[in-house]
Amino acid sequence: MNFKNRDIISIKDFSKEEIEYILEYAKRMVPYANAEKHTTLLNQHILATLFFEPSTRTRLSFESAMHRLGGNVIGFADPSGTSQKKGESLADTIRMADSYSDVIVIRHPQEGAARLAAEFSEVPILNAGDGAGQHPTQCLLDLFTILTEKKKIKGNKVVLLGDLKYGRTVHSLAYALSLFKADLTFVSPETLKMPKEVINECKEFGVEPVSTSNLEKAIKEADVLYATRIQKERFPDAEEYNRVVGSYKVDSALLQQAKKDLIVMHPLPRMVEISPEVDKTEHALYFKQAFNGVPVRMALLSLILGGKKL
Amino acid sequence: MKELKVTPIKDGTVIDHITPGHALKVLHVLRIPESTSSVVSILMNVNGKKGKKDIVKIENRELDPKELDKIALIAPKATINIIREYDVVKKHIVELPTEVVGLTKCSNPTCISNAREPVESRFHVVSRDPLRIKCYYCEREPEDITEGII
Repeated sequence: MNFKNRDIISIKDFSKEEIEYILEYAKRMVPYANAEKHTTLLNQHILATLFFEPSTRTRLSFESAMHRLGGNVIGFADPSGTSQKKGESLADTIRMADSYSDVIVIRHPQEGAARLAAEFSEVPILNAGDGAGQHPTQCLLDLFTILTEKKKIKGNKVVLLGDLKYGRTVHSLAYALSLFKADLTFVSPETLKMPKEVINECKEFGVEPVSTSNLEKAIKEADVLYATRIQKERFPDAEEYNRVVGSYKVDSALLQQAKKDLIVMHPLPRMVEISPEVDKTEHALYFKQAFNGVPVRMALLSLILGGKKL
Repeated sequence: MKELKVTPIKDGTVIDHITPGHALKVLHVLRIPESTSSVVSILMNVNGKKGKKDIVKIENRELDPKELDKIALIAPKATINIIREYDVVKKHIVELPTEVVGLTKCSNPTCISNAREPVESRFHVVSRDPLRIKCYYCEREPEDITEGII
């Protein structure tokens, strides 16, 4: 399987076999990601991180991944100090970054920005989130987390909870979980239901997702609970946001009804949807999930830069 | 043609087999009436061999290939006859390409293709019947394709 110089824009660009290959390679990266072992696999390589929108985990874990592989990082975390503020097009910014680096990671508030970047770049582009669009590396690390905790993805009962309308991670994840034939339940307030086109995509893989607003019922059978934040920045008006924020809360009382080996995941940052008391329970997987971003991104960087295999 | 109550045209274009009810949309993308002062005839819900259809006849104007592509977006089964001296000199069956470039804008206002970037809009044809197209950039499908036609 050859990933050299490949752009990583959308999870839909990958076959099931390719995803399995990446996840398998990511497992081998874990001891390097947690500094048990050391490597200089990507020394002399430069990663450019272009973050036109705020990010904590994605940017830091990409940077950590590149450093752990012995590479270097340039970039910005805030576009206010860049020429974009002066009106430079994204296409021109990419042409410039392309000449300074070997691989580019981009986060941008507009959907399709990474796809456009790939058109203007000779070096590979990694999409770290384009508006309400795609976030493929988050999806891969979510799959990696389920795979490492549950040993397989197929057949697990996965509940996706929260903002299923605007949340980009849940759209990609619902697609990928269907590809792997997981059982899906969508729990959301009425106004934030999973879009019809995402449900149709799941059905194309033979998966029949259940949509409900009853979390108590859904949690009883679940193997994985994937909670998401109600994202204020994606709402067209504040009134709609205020109506639904805080409509679901994962706390100890709720988890008493769950299976013992239920894992609770969240792409973070969390607000009120997961109570801090859950952190101490065996269910809480979200911080480990955040760590998993490093080995998964190490695997991707190393595969697309064609580094020797570890 | 007698039963159609419209006389044959001497020179121009006849767009036949338009999806019933879509004749006015075809005129819209051809910028009619702004782009012509010649006679334009519109027939809607005409009984044809394969069911109802619309027909548009434009006198003294021959459509160019880009216009044909646009018509394919609205009326994928249309046929276009170029008429000279009352005879059909060319007949095109419109065919939608697998990719639609620069013909219609993405309906997603936050799609990068609607920003000030040096790219044309670009869509993949997901299905021909019913017609569904998906934006190459933001992966969304416009609900009303004709609304965004450039």
